[in-house]
Amino acid sequence: MTSPIRQTLEYPVADGEGERYSLRLGPQHPATHGVLRVDLELDGETIIECKPQVGYLHRGFEKLAENRTYTQALILTDRLDYIAAMANNVGYCLAVERLLALSVPLRAQYIRTLVCEMSRLASHLLWLATHALDIGAMTVFLYCFREREILLDLFEELCGARLTFSYPRIGGVRQDVTTAFIDELQRFLDLFPAKIAEYETLIDTNRIWLKRTVGVGVVSGEEALSLGLTGACLRGSGVDYDLRKHQPYDAYDQVDFEVPLGSDGDIYARYRCRMEEMHQSIRIIQQCIDQLPPGPIIGEDAPDLVMPNRAQSRIEADSNSYGTGLIRLIKERELYLSGDIYVATEVPKGELGFYFISDGSNKPYRMHIRSPSFIHIGALAAIAKGELIADLIANIGSLDVVLGESDR
Amino acid sequence: MESMAIADRLQAQFPDEILRRHVFQGQVGVSIRPARVVEILRWLRDGDALQMNHLRSLCGVDNGRRKDPELARFEVVYHLYSIVLRHEIRIRVQVAEKEPAVDSIVALWAGANWLERETFDLMGIRFNGHPDLRRILLPEDWKGHPLRKEYPLKGKEEWSGMTELLAKIKELDTFGFQPTDAASGQTEPGQEKQS
Repeated sequence: MTSPIRQTLEYPVADGEGERYSLRLGPQHPATHGVLRVDLELDGETIIECKPQVGYLHRGFEKLAENRTYTQALILTDRLDYIAAMANNVGYCLAVERLLALSVPLRAQYIRTLVCEMSRLASHLLWLATHALDIGAMTVFLYCFREREILLDLFEELCGARLTFSYPRIGGVRQDVTTAFIDELQRFLDLFPAKIAEYETLIDTNRIWLKRTVGVGVVSGEEALSLGLTGACLRGSGVDYDLRKHQPYDAYDQVDFEVPLGSDGDIYARYRCRMEEMHQSIRIIQQCIDQLPPGPIIGEDAPDLVMPNRAQSRIEADSNSYGTGLIRLIKERELYLSGDIYVATEVPKGELGFYFISDGSNKPYRMHIRSPSFIHIGALAAIAKGELIADLIANIGSLDVVLGESDR
Repeated sequence: MESMAIADRLQAQFPDEILRRHVFQGQVGVSIRPARVVEILRWLRDGDALQMNHLRSLCGVDNGRRKDPELARFEVVYHLYSIVLRHEIRIRVQVAEKEPAVDSIVALWAGANWLERETFDLMGIRFNGHPDLRRILLPEDWKGHPLRKEYPLKGKEEWSGMTELLAKIKELDTFGFQPTDAASGQTEPGQEKQS
């Protein structure tokens, strides 16, 4: 959005000679965070029109999901936001559980909350790293990757994968956390607040950082709502909307945390929001560790993969009346209900919603993914209009988009 | 406010437009006729008692294979939420099979622009009054709308852009490199054919 007092540079930027020209940024450009193409109409360095183009990574997940069972479609969600795959898995599982009216044991809920926040940290670290790199702060990039590596190692210890986890299951989680994992995580938690302070020392009051971010890419709360922004992009504009508070899921109503809000709606406000969120994530993880209750990690009536999680569960693959597939009925009750449900979770990027329509078969009749990145890129045209081309890069970074989720 | 109470108010305000209510797992959906959709959504957004200012999602649904005979062939589903009052509702607009079209709500939520383009792209529902209704995820020359039920999971032929690309690769291939042999691992280094 254009603001009249907007001044990155102390000297006025030349308007150009009235000769407009177009520039194509991407799809292979290091600052577009994936295969995003932006067609620009420029006058000098000022953006007259900005047209983001997506779709390069479209894999047709919504169509694919209609041809897979609920358990099989879980792995598609890893490939949405591959930076925080765990949060996508949890969002998917929650939606399916609500659709099939399954209950999740308390321990599994806590573990999920824990891994969700871990993936929020991992995502925010990657965001900070690349965003700072775009603006020119190289050191932050290296520091953030150093800490992100610890988190990825922890994920690897938990479920064997570093990127595409598929660790949550419909009805619970796949494996229990080990003491070694908790110890390692505790060490990370003790160490990490000092690291956040370290990043902040580097850029928080850095003159170049402030020049590049304060008053740039301003979105008012009303505009943000109209554009459909969610997550830190919306909270940076002062709108208090966090699904962890508004519609608590898993163990979020059991833990104590605050939702950081900005007021200016510029890139700096969004940056501050995400930094504060990292502090809150640490608080949540700490409480999850402290309160972690004993008990089972997957519900009794959960549809299961062939590899059983429970000692007493029977293995009856491919022998049920629903045709082939890995799902089988454990209890006598009708597992697949007919109806539709929309369940949204607060992933690091914003509100990730799954809209399911079930017609009573073991496959979703329709699965729609409300992808925050897609909506945020859609908002880029309005935010970048009238600003400088250099600030477009800062804006893309600040919206925190990932193209795998945008294109689905 | 409970979602049911919102549905009651909607019923009182627009008695002729409301077709049905659907309740499932505590979530309420309201089927409406397509004619006054913009008016209804504006009323939901602006009314002091409702203030449903957040458009959570907008998507198209193909009811072609659903067993319910009362549903029209297509649906456009809006999820609304009030950030201030913390209540939600689902609006399901019934759209006829022949030349499916609904009025655009870009004037209400600017963010609906891309969501409507996506629905048009994947489901083939047109939005009247949309400023820029083009394909968004698929290439401009794509044939058909993939999320329709009659659209196959795997088509018979490649997309024309892909065939062009393959032809281009062949044309530029001056070294006679055969990627298929190497990729499948069929040829051992010692067993290569002498050419």
